[in-house]
Amino acid sequence: MIQVVLPRNLQILAGVGRVVEVQVSGPATQRSVIDALESSHPALLGTLRDAVTKKRRPMIRIFACEEDLSAEALDAPLPAPVVEGKEPLLIIGAIAGG
Amino acid sequence: MSGVRVLVGTRKGAFILTSDGSRKVWKVEGPHFAGWEIYHLKASPADPNRIYASQSSGWFGQVLQRSNDGGQSWETAGNQFQYEGTPGTHRWYDDSPHPWEFKRVWHLEPSLSDPDKVYAGVEDAALFQTRDGGNTWTELAGLRTHPTAPEWNPGAGGLCLHTIVIDPTDEDRMYVAISSSGVFRTEDGGKTFKATNQGLRSNHIPDPDAEVGHCVHRIAMHPSRPQTLFMQKHWDVMRTDDRADSWREISGNLPTDFGFVVDVNANEPETVYVIPITSDSHHFVPEGKLRVYRSKSGGDDWEALTKGLPQKDCYVNVLRDAMDVDSLDPSGIYFGTSGGQVYVSPDGGDSWNAIVRDLPAVLSVEVQTLT
Repeated sequence: MIQVVLPRNLQILAGVGRVVEVQVSGPATQRSVIDALESSHPALLGTLRDAVTKKRRPMIRIFACEEDLSAEALDAPLPAPVVEGKEPLLIIGAIAGG
Repeated sequence: MSGVRVLVGTRKGAFILTSDGSRKVWKVEGPHFAGWEIYHLKASPADPNRIYASQSSGWFGQVLQRSNDGGQSWETAGNQFQYEGTPGTHRWYDDSPHPWEFKRVWHLEPSLSDPDKVYAGVEDAALFQTRDGGNTWTELAGLRTHPTAPEWNPGAGGLCLHTIVIDPTDEDRMYVAISSSGVFRTEDGGKTFKATNQGLRSNHIPDPDAEVGHCVHRIAMHPSRPQTLFMQKHWDVMRTDDRADSWREISGNLPTDFGFVVDVNANEPETVYVIPITSDSHHFVPEGKLRVYRSKSGGDDWEALTKGLPQKDCYVNVLRDAMDVDSLDPSGIYFGTSGGQVYVSPDGGDSWNAIVRDLPAVLSVEVQTLT
């Protein structure tokens, strides 16, 4: 299981705690994790990526293993410690607005 | 016993204020959806416990919420707002072409007769409709494909469709208002629209007879006089008595005719309320005094209502969706400010009290009269 840490506002929206565990089918990528998140928690539909274009929202950042993965391709493999459930995938609301 | 429920949208969540018919003692619940911008909440006239809420965020986009128990509990509804076809472009602030992009829902207007049918006014300006309680949304594209649409410019708040008024005598007749394009009327439930801005004058438009380009801030109707509409424009307070075919100015003796809100007393169709704001560059009330202005003659002649409102050192704004009236007798008048106060007048405007003083900045106020 992959552990995903959600921003506080999305925890409230989805009615979950800080960490959500998801099971992905096929390769573990940002896209497959978001697919799994939206499938298990439909309230998150459209909040991490645009509901129509499927592009990641510009103020959503994705970190793992002390790396910023936000610029990685959506279909790039996630780091092994994330896939093995040893490290969480951190979904972050970008700091903005002072 | 009768009572009222006030639905308040703020920059950081929604609040529900309730009272009995005396409107003196209030219960404040919230924040619902804490941390999110709640542009608007509105209940179905056909089922007062069905409430819809527009929840949005610059980070996480648009969410639609629905309650079936008067706001005690909520469930997410559909949030996919897809323009029909290839959206094309409208004008940007510098008049260059700019692609149509969905940003948020500004206003929700439930049908008068069907709790599952709701209209949504969105930015970039378009009208959407749901017939299944908000699960799926379809654009009524006759508005956005109006021949003038490529000429529409955004106002300072964006190219937003912020007002939807349904004619209670014929639900297929509706009026929508867009900043900064103007008023459009449909007679066929949203299939086609006509620009209805004759008589509006805007000094930022060179052509005095321009069909569109008018920064309409709000329109309001009394249900017993569906041919009459009142308008707070960017500058100018206006009225029409021919279903928006023509407009005339009724600013009269107002200290400034800039503002956002306009509303009509529920029991007196010629009693109208506005809150003058200093100017488009000074979005606060004039002279540090929070004054509601009331006309009992349908405009032109206005009186300042001040009892219970701060009359010094007050520099708040009142946004376009942040005033409403209840239908008790006497009619209660409500408004919320950028400073987080929600005021009520239980006597038609003669005197005012703050229901709450320290909410986040208020974006919208809707009142339900409960029997």
